[in-house]
Amino acid sequence: MAVAKVCGIETEYGIHHVGGDGNPVASSSLLVNAYVMDLARAGWDFEDETPGNDARGFAREGSMPPEVETHLVNAVLTNGARYYVDHAHPEFSSPECIDPLEAVLYDKAGEEVLRRSMEAVGRSLPPGQSIVVYKNNSDSKGNSYGTHENYLMDRAVPFARIAHLITPHFVTRQIFTGAGKVGSETPGAAGRDVAFQISQRSEFFEEEIGLETTLKRPIVNTRDEPHADPQRYRRLHVIVGDANLAEVATFLKMGTTALVLALIEDDGFDGVDLALAHPVQAIRQVALDPTLATAVEMADGRTVTALALQWELYGLARKYAEDRGLECLGDETVGQMVLQRWEDVLHGLETDVSQVTGQVDWAAKLQLLEAYRERHGLDWDDSRLAAVDLQYHDLRPERSLFARLDTEHLVTPADILTAVSEPPRRTRAYFRGQCLKRWASAVASANWDSLVFDLGTDPLRRVPMMDPLRGTAEHVEELLRECATPAELLTRLSG
Amino acid sequence: MAERELKRKPAAAPREEQVIEETPATGAQGEKLKAELDDLLDEIDEVLEENAEEFVRNYVQKGGE
Repeated sequence: MAVAKVCGIETEYGIHHVGGDGNPVASSSLLVNAYVMDLARAGWDFEDETPGNDARGFAREGSMPPEVETHLVNAVLTNGARYYVDHAHPEFSSPECIDPLEAVLYDKAGEEVLRRSMEAVGRSLPPGQSIVVYKNNSDSKGNSYGTHENYLMDRAVPFARIAHLITPHFVTRQIFTGAGKVGSETPGAAGRDVAFQISQRSEFFEEEIGLETTLKRPIVNTRDEPHADPQRYRRLHVIVGDANLAEVATFLKMGTTALVLALIEDDGFDGVDLALAHPVQAIRQVALDPTLATAVEMADGRTVTALALQWELYGLARKYAEDRGLECLGDETVGQMVLQRWEDVLHGLETDVSQVTGQVDWAAKLQLLEAYRERHGLDWDDSRLAAVDLQYHDLRPERSLFARLDTEHLVTPADILTAVSEPPRRTRAYFRGQCLKRWASAVASANWDSLVFDLGTDPLRRVPMMDPLRGTAEHVEELLRECATPAELLTRLSG
Repeated sequence: MAERELKRKPAAAPREEQVIEETPATGAQGEKLKAELDDLLDEIDEVLEENAEEFVRNYVQKGGE
């Protein structure tokens, strides 16, 4: 049986320091520091970081695992999230969520954290300066930064099988997960005369599979860093997605991927092989065609549109749901919601793209661009269209173009505000977040799979959390309520 | 290369038949949508960064991840 699809989203935000000296690392540090300075939080513990481990059991010669930078600001928040400076970007890594709907909630809470950071840093900057944050994945000049997803998987499933079966989904899901962009950043003839693409990220992918995230980006990333018991679990690290602002798009991105992964774990493909002949070529071809008519070649010689391939996956998922149920997506209700939304979005994309502008970022952006272009009689290479594209992703309420659109909401503003400080209840993030809320000064450091306490007298005490499904409210809410001090908690835990 | 196309299989469960109007963007509803879009475009003209060319040119990021 598929393991619960505990999931999360890591977002690297674009950052622009108006009036600054052009050092994005310093600006990102100012931004994150401004937010965490007054908060209860703990530093990050790098003990178990091994981003260079490859899920295939090796690292290819010449491949470049990402470096871990330990000197930059790095905090764990009371909602269980990690908020830090990654290279030259502020990054918000959501806490572990039990289902795709909760992942949407914490993704939106992340946006709120960035908004508050902009306000906080604005109060301390010299007059005329401000730091602005964009939730996108490209600067339109060939530089891309990532939005990564993570999914809990059963270690028993061979990685090669996961990679083979998930690739067609990663190539084609962009028809509803793409955030859209004006033009192309691919050098040479291939990038010429491109008006609009459905994805920000697709043209940056050059390999089918690999360990890198910044060079020669692979469609399937092989980083093997489970942040959990490595005998039982794997964390599939997904780097192929766009940052979404539309809530339904985020929900679909997380929900359909979790569901296809469950199918892979439970043999739900039933012998059906949707492998593509040239996935890297295909992901770019699909991105380049907002009419969705482009067909790509399959490994068996047939040709298929991204839509038709998504209908195939949807059909398999629906059958899986009937046979096995959808408990692994948090609960049956959320699982059924994923299926319904998936079917609806495919129908909408098939019949009339204007039906999905409330759900799909690229469709919303394209409609806006077309209308703006028509009003002012602009060519596609006019910088005002590039500005509309960029400003779609601006997180400031007074500037955001996305915020002005009538898109559908799945989570309430009140729940988002709660999620800024409260952790999810059904994963180990609950324990992490609650300990920080109560005893921040006694938590020396934290990471995904442990908390380190400093009680002042004893040696530091590490509490391992190797199972993402333990340390939930159900497990520890009462225990935490009964403990008046962290010392008492540690005694009870070791007793 | 084979010319056969992978055709969409019928959905697993029958859907209720929907009557789709041929021209959904006409009539009162279409007028309303158009008016809303016009208002939105007015608003964009107001909030769009004043010097678009400079704004776009100055937005330079380092690669991340």
